[in-house]
Amino acid sequence: MQKFEPVEGVAAPMLRANVDTDLIIRIERLVGTGRTGLGQHAFEQLRADPDFILNKPAYANSPILLAGPNFGCGSSREGAVWALMGAGIACVIAPSFGDIFFANCFQNGLLPVVLPEAEIRALARETEDSQGVGRTRVDLARQVVVTPSGREVPFAVDARRREAMLEGLDDVALTLKRQAEILDWQARDRGARPWAWNSVAADTSPGAR
Amino acid sequence: MSEPAPRTLFEKIWDSHRVLDREDGQTLLYVDRHLVHDGSAPAFELLRQRGIAPRAPDRIFATPDHYVPTDTRDRAAITDDRHRGMVDALEANTAAAGIRMFGLRDANQGIVHVVGPETGLSQPGMLIVCGDSHTSTHGAMGALAFGIGSTEVAHVLGSQTLWQRRPKTLRIKVDGTLGLGVTAKDVILAIIAQIGAAGATGHVIEYAGSAIRGLSMEGRLTLCNMSIEAGGRAGMVAPDETTYAYLAGRPYAPSGHDWDRELARWQRLPSDPGAVFDREVSVDGDAIAPMVTWGNSPEDALPITAHLPDPAAEPDSERRAAMEDAFAYMGLTPGAALESVTVDRVFIGSCTNGRIEDLRAAAEVARGRRVAEGVVAWVVPGSAPVRKQAIEEGLDRIFVEAGFAWREAGCSMCLGTNGEIAAPGERVASTSNRNFRGRQGPGARTHLMSPAMAAAAAVTGHLADVRALMAEG
Repeated sequence: MQKFEPVEGVAAPMLRANVDTDLIIRIERLVGTGRTGLGQHAFEQLRADPDFILNKPAYANSPILLAGPNFGCGSSREGAVWALMGAGIACVIAPSFGDIFFANCFQNGLLPVVLPEAEIRALARETEDSQGVGRTRVDLARQVVVTPSGREVPFAVDARRREAMLEGLDDVALTLKRQAEILDWQARDRGARPWAWNSVAADTSPGAR
Repeated sequence: MSEPAPRTLFEKIWDSHRVLDREDGQTLLYVDRHLVHDGSAPAFELLRQRGIAPRAPDRIFATPDHYVPTDTRDRAAITDDRHRGMVDALEANTAAAGIRMFGLRDANQGIVHVVGPETGLSQPGMLIVCGDSHTSTHGAMGALAFGIGSTEVAHVLGSQTLWQRRPKTLRIKVDGTLGLGVTAKDVILAIIAQIGAAGATGHVIEYAGSAIRGLSMEGRLTLCNMSIEAGGRAGMVAPDETTYAYLAGRPYAPSGHDWDRELARWQRLPSDPGAVFDREVSVDGDAIAPMVTWGNSPEDALPITAHLPDPAAEPDSERRAAMEDAFAYMGLTPGAALESVTVDRVFIGSCTNGRIEDLRAAAEVARGRRVAEGVVAWVVPGSAPVRKQAIEEGLDRIFVEAGFAWREAGCSMCLGTNGEIAAPGERVASTSNRNFRGRQGPGARTHLMSPAMAAAAAVTGHLADVRALMAEG
């Protein structure tokens, strides 16, 4: 995973609520193991509409998406994150996110920023008032969004998740350093209920005998 | 010594799986059961790239469901190379790691969220994860179960643990008695209509109240399944006699002395009196009618007796624009009676409603009737055991005589990843869980409802109040 660098560009407002992962990418596009090349399919169903925000020249290369509540709701498909990143989006700012999508973002270096809805609307207005030239900057190291007019809006993010993103590490890399504690837990649980540990290893299904 | 503070069901399971707490509020949790399916190829690939092998293959169980066809059990007959590749990859990945897989011809194959409870793999008090959002289903067993993404699947494969920030708790109490023709599906659609598609975001839901206690295990599985459609991280129902009776004797359930010891633990799991939830919501069970959805979010649900809303009457401009979009996509007329909406296809199945009780309810409506002219209706059992039992009960004959197609087990038309989709513009009465745009194929129009309601739509050719058919007998 890439280290997360500050993002700067025109923020595209797409404020509809409940943008689901099927809308972000159709599951039909997610066959095989590839995480790349999915950008062309991002928002495929909406791209057909010439008025769709990312079809407008001013927003065609937006690295920041301003979204509505519950962005990324629905399926656990990580392809939704891969598709957005493939389409050049590095940060989504929304009042709330689907929980699984939110977690998937951190595993891949797409930054999900939670801001109050009023703040996002103000940001969208500033961008629209600038005729789509006013640039927004998202700085994870400083945990601020800098609006086109230069206002600094702070945001919260779990400290270690922030660190991992800045260093370009996903959880798999982080956890392998905690082997000792995992082994401790296993030993404790095995002591507390040995029968559960015996039964888990025994394959009792009819098909396996 | 002071009394320990009362804890919720969720808190008890969370606490007993905590490996360590990180200073930033993230907790590393130990995973009891990891279920994988044929969409997991990217996770195995990531693991391979890092040179890591699955840590606890005996805690991992696999079954192909998303990409399998439901007209054949012959893998070679899967005409789409990419789909067959996903099924082949699952077989290769699990064989290499020594993971038990219920393959296409296995007696236990099925949709992963039907297979888990049915085989007894999903048990009270467990922490269960799977790379699929409908993993919330297993919470009906009194477990903490939730969906995760590909990288997290790789993380669990590699470490048998997962980082999580502790979610908030929400208790939804449904009291009262459900009316004739009202099922768990109607209850969950009514809940989502009440609290919204983001109503439970960041929360684990515990369903409680007399109407929930009165639900069968199958009903509770349906209820918890759609917790994610309300934004919930997970949904759970406290284990009770219904749970234990369902679990006893299943292939992977404990037996003998082990059963007694586990049962004693399970009986301590329900939320303590006085346990505090972050939020509480009440729903009047007596007032719930058979529900159908009309829009592209599960929150767009109404009683079948209702008329469609009129976007023009919506004061909020963004909400109005969203409604107009949904009406255009769904091809509906504002203000029309829901019962006037005609359907082209009917899909009975999925991890939401593909269990034996669902098929019985649909068969009861289909018995002695005929699928309406021009309607294509499918019954897709949720698993091979469900299919077998339905055949033993003669349900397949009822369906076939009524003109339904009787198929093999799989996800099928729920999500359109296996080639089983509706054509653009076709309207589907579906027992699945999502009415998102394009979910059942590009341009397909989905209305969610219970199996009995879907059967009623099949035989009448339009969205219909199943209670009227039940009255006919």
